[in-house]
Amino acid sequence: MALDSKVPEGPIKDKWTTYKDKINLVNPANKRHIDVIVVGTGLAGGSASATLAELGYNVKAFAYQDSPRRAHSIAAQGGINAAKNYQGDGDSNYRLFYDTVKGGDYRSREANVYRLAEVSANIIDQCVAQGVPFARDYGGLLDNRSFGGVLVSRTFYAKGQTGQQLLLGAYSAMNRQIARGKIEMFNRHEMLDVVIVDGKARGIIARDLVTGEIERHSAHAVVIASGGYGNIYFLSTNAMGSNATAAWKIHKKGAYFANPCYTQIHPTCIPRSGDYQSKLTLMSESLRNDGRIWVPKNLEDVKAIREGRKKPTDLSEDERDYYLERRYPAFGNLVPRDVASRAAKERCDAGYGVNATGEAVYLDFASAITRYGIEQAKIHNISNPSDAKIYELGQKIVEEKYGNLFQMYEKIVDENPYKTPMMIYPAVHYTMGGVWVDYNLMTTIPGCYCIGEANFSDHGANRLGASALMQGLADGYFVLPYTIGDYLANDIRTGKISTDLPEFEAAEKEVSDRINFFINNKGTKSVDYFHKKLGNIMWNKCGMSRNAKNLEEAIKEIAELRAEFWKEVSVPGGDKEFNEELAKAGRVADFLELGELFAKDALNRNESCGGHFREESAEESGPQKGEAKRDDKNYAYVAAWEYKGEPANAVLHKEELKFNDIELKQRSYK
Amino acid sequence: MNLTLKIWRQKDSKSKGQMVDYKVTDISEHMSFLEMMDVLNEQLVNTGEEPVAFDHDCREGICGMCSMYINGEAHGPDRGVTTCQLHMRMFKDGDTITIEPFRAKAFPVIKDLVVDRSSFERIQQAGGFISVNTSGNTQDANAIPISKHAADEAMDAAACIGCGACVATCKNSSAMLFVGAKVSQYALLPQGQVEAADRVLNMVAQMDAEGFGNCTNTGACEIECPKGISLENIARMNREYLSASLKG
Repeated sequence: MALDSKVPEGPIKDKWTTYKDKINLVNPANKRHIDVIVVGTGLAGGSASATLAELGYNVKAFAYQDSPRRAHSIAAQGGINAAKNYQGDGDSNYRLFYDTVKGGDYRSREANVYRLAEVSANIIDQCVAQGVPFARDYGGLLDNRSFGGVLVSRTFYAKGQTGQQLLLGAYSAMNRQIARGKIEMFNRHEMLDVVIVDGKARGIIARDLVTGEIERHSAHAVVIASGGYGNIYFLSTNAMGSNATAAWKIHKKGAYFANPCYTQIHPTCIPRSGDYQSKLTLMSESLRNDGRIWVPKNLEDVKAIREGRKKPTDLSEDERDYYLERRYPAFGNLVPRDVASRAAKERCDAGYGVNATGEAVYLDFASAITRYGIEQAKIHNISNPSDAKIYELGQKIVEEKYGNLFQMYEKIVDENPYKTPMMIYPAVHYTMGGVWVDYNLMTTIPGCYCIGEANFSDHGANRLGASALMQGLADGYFVLPYTIGDYLANDIRTGKISTDLPEFEAAEKEVSDRINFFINNKGTKSVDYFHKKLGNIMWNKCGMSRNAKNLEEAIKEIAELRAEFWKEVSVPGGDKEFNEELAKAGRVADFLELGELFAKDALNRNESCGGHFREESAEESGPQKGEAKRDDKNYAYVAAWEYKGEPANAVLHKEELKFNDIELKQRSYK
Repeated sequence: MNLTLKIWRQKDSKSKGQMVDYKVTDISEHMSFLEMMDVLNEQLVNTGEEPVAFDHDCREGICGMCSMYINGEAHGPDRGVTTCQLHMRMFKDGDTITIEPFRAKAFPVIKDLVVDRSSFERIQQAGGFISVNTSGNTQDANAIPISKHAADEAMDAAACIGCGACVATCKNSSAMLFVGAKVSQYALLPQGQVEAADRVLNMVAQMDAEGFGNCTNTGACEIECPKGISLENIARMNREYLSASLKG
């Protein structure tokens, strides 16, 4: 099947408006007879569920947690971008579009990104109307901050809990519809398969995670909003339960999976401390507004710090290497995430890591605290303030901006980051790859949509900070509710879909068989044993830096691990009960397939772009020496994989990327 | 360090539960409390026993999924943290740690340490929202200035993660801090004014219907709240409730 992105004709600025004017609508009376299933209730799924219900559709929403409010969007800290230009610093829809395409290293679809920029301002309006308490200045207007990879201040925030507040906004909108009966909410439920009738997605098979019952649910369309697959690395900043199962199940039933190798390794996370570790914690990118990243200039100082003979604060300014400011004078500490992560790895690989594992760099707030302190002293008319007073005043401002992040750091690391620099290291955070969708956000299965992090569309090979929240809400509030109507307009006479159809029966049997296998296998190794092993392969061979040899090994090792999993996995307990090990087993089984496709995709893409760095493809000389080298001639395409029984047999389909409104050039942040 | 754990085990909501003793060894002080629980569960799975069920997800203190009543305190002995952020450095070698579920009539046990907090969901559905549809034509976000003070206070109230520690720790199993936080967030913002009276009446009615107790101002909830939600929110809810009732 040839891939049709269905991007409308016309100038990029008019595409979305013109398209919306022309697509089919469903009249309000008919909407009442149409059911939509939404899997996942984070920013994308939550906002889509609420909006579809407001429009009049009957929505069934599914979350594996005990409430939609727990979805992992809640953990997003720093902010949400919108081209409001409230700061008058030259922002516009075009600039947000340009920054996002450039930040994504020219591997996203222009028309989708432009639409994202276009609706971004509406998101802020909508959220304020819902009562989201964004940060404000003393005049009562909304405040902004800057994020990496851009030269304007367009990020709106609610302390360090922006994701939480936006999710609670979407959750409140859902609650209003749950109360009206327009959303039927299924908490503690997990989707285990999609049901396809006459070539169209018509329902799902779900498991009640409390009783263990397998349920059939039918609908006229199915929306997958289940987030990303970062947990394939075992250690990531994702929630423990975040998984790829819903996305992988639709892939196995016909939805192409695009660019699985595009992973974001976030530069500012708390370094790992031991083998027992279950997850990694992110420190918001917003910290790079005020924090300066450095390692010691001399290896003797590194050694002294590791052995505890010296403290970072003992080092004078010229004994420090502010390597981002040195290498990228124009963007400094605010280079995009992929660039910052690779630079940290480069320093640590060269032996400059500042903790026992050798995998940590400093993020230092001393200059910001002093700068704010001097400003505050002036504001409060304090003449000749002492250093201690300046520090005290400055610390207050930093605390106001990032208090909860500093507290979180102190609780985990047991060090006071106001007094000593934070230690950070990159960690897996977000996956730009995902289910392939067209301009309507429909997958290659008719009637099956995919929104938010679960799809591939907007961030190319690298996502800019504060853009995930923007995309989730854009898809759910402003894009899908239009595009899905165009499809559902053909379903006004279909009537209720019966769950007694043989297709439901077959899908349910497949799900039950697999569950029975896990319960009865009685192997010798726990699910986590396999998950950790997979994580190790992924991190060591498909991590921040990749090469053909390692990727070929990874493919082989993952296939072997998968075979061992199906022989040796052990799941205690029964199927008709609350059984977390059983739920985990199903998720890890899917990760073990996705992991192999991931490595295969990374091997196929013999170029460096965004978060995907191939050692074979770096600049060899000139001012950009060592930087990633893209190959537009051969790889300016989306790699969409079709499932053919085994990941090894997956078939590659290419969607060529055309850039009419942006000139392709090397990304330079120097 | 080596520890003895006394953990509440209960097969399902209908079965009777009991405390069961377990031993864990070589626990690092840098581990989080839940990582210590992972060690125990890995141990149990490897010996063919059923692991201890407990709720958890983000493990960074924001999703509100984790609970646990540890040594008689919701989220354990540390302040301002959820169980997932509690670290083993708070304990010492040889300690015995008692771990129970959050207990309240309105939070029935599902299994072991997992409880059903859907009563919180129903309270939110009763009025925890502003009735505005998604349209793309909402007025500009800066059309109504909101004083920084009000916005900051609304944010502090909105920081509630809905974990239920306030209920678990209250001798009356009162949910006033949870409900007060939501009522306050909207009461402090101009957007929340239109429905303010109905909101507080409906949410309080639902809270009572769920079987939560009353507030007797002991303030335990504020101390145990991992997000530092202030008692002031309960006072504000009471004022809102009174004025809404009088308008009635």
